[in-house]
Amino acid sequence: MHLILFIVFAGFCLAGAINLLLQTHPINSALSLVVVMCSLAVLYLLLGAEFLAAAQIIVYAGAIMVLFTFVVMLLNAGREERTLGSRAGKVIGFPAVVVILGLIATVILKAQNLGSASLSDPITSTEELSRVLFHELLLPFEVTSVLILVAILGAVALARAGDGERRVSK
Amino acid sequence: MIPLSWYLLLSAALFCLGVVGFLIKRNLITVFMSIELMLNGVNLSFVTFAHQWHLVKGQIFVFFVMVVAAAEAAVGLAIIIAVFRARSTLAVDRIDLMKL
Amino acid sequence: MNEPVLLQPLIPLLPFLGFLANGLLGRRLPKALTSIIALCAPLASFLIVLRAAYMVWSGALALPAIELDAPHWIWVGSLHVDFNFAVDQLSLVMLLVVTGVGFLIHVYSVGYMADEEGYARYFSYLNLFLFFMTVLVMAGNALLMFVGWEGVGLASYLLIGFWFQKTSAADAGKKAFVVNRIGDFGFLIGMFLLLANFGTLTFSEIAAKLNANPDWNGGILTAIALCLLLGATGKSAQLPLYIWLPDAMEGPTPVSALIHAATMVTAGVYMIARTHFLYDRSPFALSVVAIVGTATAIFAATIALVQTDIKRVLAYSTVSQLGYMFLGCGVAAYSAAIFHLMTHAFFKALLFLAAGSVIHGLGGEQDLRKMGGLRKSMPITFWTMTAAVFAIGGFFPFAGFFSKDAILYEAFQHGASGKFLWFIGLFTALLTSFYMFRLWYLAFFGESRSEDHHTHAHESSWIMLAPLAILALLSIGGGWIGIDRFGAFLAPVLGPVGDPATAPGGKQLDVLLSVVAVAVALLGWFVADRLYRQRPDTPAKLAAAFPAGYKVLVHKYWVDEIYGAVLVKPVLALSKFLLEWVVDVAILGGLAWILGGIANFGGAILQRWQSGNLRSYAAWLAAGAAALLLFVLLPWTTLLANLGIHFHVAGH
Repeated sequence: MHLILFIVFAGFCLAGAINLLLQTHPINSALSLVVVMCSLAVLYLLLGAEFLAAAQIIVYAGAIMVLFTFVVMLLNAGREERTLGSRAGKVIGFPAVVVILGLIATVILKAQNLGSASLSDPITSTEELSRVLFHELLLPFEVTSVLILVAILGAVALARAGDGERRVSK
Repeated sequence: MIPLSWYLLLSAALFCLGVVGFLIKRNLITVFMSIELMLNGVNLSFVTFAHQWHLVKGQIFVFFVMVVAAAEAAVGLAIIIAVFRARSTLAVDRIDLMKL
Repeated sequence: MNEPVLLQPLIPLLPFLGFLANGLLGRRLPKALTSIIALCAPLASFLIVLRAAYMVWSGALALPAIELDAPHWIWVGSLHVDFNFAVDQLSLVMLLVVTGVGFLIHVYSVGYMADEEGYARYFSYLNLFLFFMTVLVMAGNALLMFVGWEGVGLASYLLIGFWFQKTSAADAGKKAFVVNRIGDFGFLIGMFLLLANFGTLTFSEIAAKLNANPDWNGGILTAIALCLLLGATGKSAQLPLYIWLPDAMEGPTPVSALIHAATMVTAGVYMIARTHFLYDRSPFALSVVAIVGTATAIFAATIALVQTDIKRVLAYSTVSQLGYMFLGCGVAAYSAAIFHLMTHAFFKALLFLAAGSVIHGLGGEQDLRKMGGLRKSMPITFWTMTAAVFAIGGFFPFAGFFSKDAILYEAFQHGASGKFLWFIGLFTALLTSFYMFRLWYLAFFGESRSEDHHTHAHESSWIMLAPLAILALLSIGGGWIGIDRFGAFLAPVLGPVGDPATAPGGKQLDVLLSVVAVAVALLGWFVADRLYRQRPDTPAKLAAAFPAGYKVLVHKYWVDEIYGAVLVKPVLALSKFLLEWVVDVAILGGLAWILGGIANFGGAILQRWQSGNLRSYAAWLAAGAAALLLFVLLPWTTLLANLGIHFHVAGH
C-alpha cells in the first residue's frame, strides 16, 4: 500500500517537474508546479508530517501558486519567444548539474545507516510541533513575522506605479 | 517499507530539475518557479531526515523555509512587475543592462 | 708606535671638513668667514706635515710611520683590503709639496676669486681636492690610491667647469673627466692583474713578494706595468691622453696652477714611482715609459711655440715637463723624476699664478698678442715671473737646472738608446727655453699692444703677490738640496741612486752635460730675444715662410679633430642609436606595448564574462556549487594515496 502510494505520488512529482520544464506558456508551468506541490503534500503525510502537509497545501499551493498565476495573468505573459541563448549556460551548466546529481546520488546510495519509512510509523502531532515552536523557537517565530511584514512593505513599494510612470498596458 | 534513500533521491532529482529549469527557461516568471521547485526538493529531504532521527526541529525548519519562500515569492514577483514596467519584456536574455 | 703623535688622520680630514663646511654653509656665511675656514684647513694640514718633517729631520720620528691601525675595508673571500695610510719618505715629500703649494694657492685664490659668484663653492671644491690628493699620496694600497685618484679627477671636473654657465668650460670639464676615465680603465685592469697574480693590493706586500722571487721578470709584470702606465698617461696628460689639459685652462687660473700644474697631474708620476718595483722587473715597460715621456715632451713643446693664449702656452709646457718626469722614470731614475716633480711644482705654480696676476691686472685679457710693456706697470709680477722663467729654462743656479739636469744625465747613462733620448730631451730644453722667453718678451716687454687695457693694468693686491714671492724664492733655491742628498733621502723607498763619481765618465761627464744644457738654454734665450725684442716682425715673416709647418703647429697637429672623427663621432652615433632605437623604442616601447597588450587582452577576455546574461551567471553558479560539492564529498586523501601521493595530517 505504502509502496503504491509512494510510487504514484513520486511519479506525479517528477512528471509535474518535467512538465514545468517542457511547457512554453508560463501558465502551464504554474499549473504543473501546483501538481508538484500537492504530490509533495501527500509525501509529507506518508512521512508522518501532518501539519506540514496541510501547510504545504495552504501556503504553497493555495497562496504562492495563486500569486504566481495572478502575476502571469496581470503581465499577460505570452508564450516564450526564441531568444539568443547562452552558450555558457549549456556548456557549463548541464555538466555541472549532472555532476551535482551524480555526487549526491552516490553519497545517498553509499550511506550506511538510513532507515526506512512505513505506514505504521508514529505521526508527529501538531501539538508536539507547536510545543517546540512556541517554547524554544519563539524568537525565530516572532522574527519571521517581522520578516513577513518587511516583505509586504517591500512588495507594495516595488509594485506600486510611481507618479507619471507608464501604466502597464497592452 | 520504503527505504528513506528513495525519498532522498527524489529530493535530489527535484532539486536538479529546478536547476535545469533555471538554466533553460526563457521567461522570468518560469525561472522563478524553478527556484520554488528547488526549495521544495530541499524541504522533502528535511522532512525525510526529521523522520529518520525523530526530530521535530527538522519539520520546524521546513515551516520556516515555507515562510521565507512565501515572503520571497511576494517580493520577487513585485520585482518582476517592476522590471516588466521598465523593460516591457519578460525574456531573461533581454534584461541585460548589467553587461559591460 | 712612537710617542710623538703625528696627527696623521687630520691631514686629509681637515680639508674634508673644510669642504663640508664651505659646501653646505658657505653661501650663508660672510665672505671673511668662508675665507678663514677655507684657509685654515690647508694651513693646518701643512703645519702638521711640516712638523712631521721636522721630527724626521731631528731624528725623533722614524719612517715609515703608520699611525692608524688600518681599519678593515673589504674582506671578501681571499681579498683583504684595508684603509692603510702610510707616511714614508716619498709620501712625505709629496705631502710637503701638495699641502705647501696648496696652501699658497688657497691664499692667492682669496684675492683672485674675490669678486666671484660661487666663492664658497670654489673653496669647498678646492678643499675637496686637497682631501683626495692627500689620500692618494698617503695610500698604502692600490685601491685606496684609486679612491684618491678618482676623487682628484672629480675635483678637477668640478673646478674646470666652475663657470659652468659657459659652454666651453662645461665641455672642458666633461672632456677631462672622460679622458681620465679611459686612463682609469688601464689602472683598473692593472689592479685586477695585481690581485690575480699577487693576491694583494698593498704595496709593501707586493714589494716583499717580488723580493722573494728575484728572477721573476717580464711577462705578466710587463702587462701590469703597461696597464698602470695607461692610467698614468690619462692622469698626467701624456700621449695619447693629454688632450684634456689644454682645454682645462677654461677653469680659474689658481685651479690651473694647483691641479693642472703642481699636484694632480703629477699623480701619474707618483704612481709609477710608488710601484717602481714592478717597473724595475720589466725593462720593456720602462722603455715604453721613457719613449712616451720623451715623445710627449717634444710634441707638446713644438705646439707651445706658436700658441697665443698665455695659459695655453703654460699648459703645453706642463705636458712637456711631465714628459721629462716620465723620461726620468723610464730610465729608472725615480728620485730624479720626483725631484723634478718638486721643482716643477714650484716654478709652474708660480708661472700660472703670475699669469693669473697678469690676466687679473688686465681685466681678463689672455691673448699674448694684446699684451706688452707690463714690466713697468706690474713690477713684482714681472720679477717673480722672471724667476720662474729662468727656473724652467734650466739656468744655473735656479731650481729647474738641478732637476732637469739630473734626468738628462741619467738618460745619457742609460745605454745607446738613452743617448738618443738625451738628445731629444736636450732639443726639447732648447724649445722650452725659447717659448718661455717668447712669452716673457711678449707679455712684459715692448709697447703695449692692448686696445685700452694698458690704462687699467695695475699690480695685484698683496694677498696675491705674497704667494708669488714665496714661490719665487722656492724657484730660486728649491733645487739647492741637490739630487744626491734628495736621492739618498728617498733611497729607502725608491732604491739606491748611483754616484756620478763611480759611473762611466765620472764627475766630468756630469759637469760637461750640465754646461751643454745651460748653453742650450742660453741659445733659446738668444733666439727669443732676436725674434721678439729686437726684430718683432720676424715671427710673422717666419710663419709666412713655412706656412704648412706653422699651420700644423697652430692647429696642434689636429689631434682633437682626429680623435673627434675617429673615436668620438662613431661612439656618439652608436650610443645614440642604442639609446634611441634599442632601448627607447624597442625595449621600453616594446615593454609598454606588451604590458598594455596583456591588460587589453585579459580585459577583453574577462569582459566576455560580464555578459549581463542571467543564464550564464546561473551556469557558473551551478559549476561553482558542483566544484564545492566535489571538493567536500570526495575522499581526496584516499584517492591521492591510491595515486601514490601521501599527506601527513597533524595529530594523526
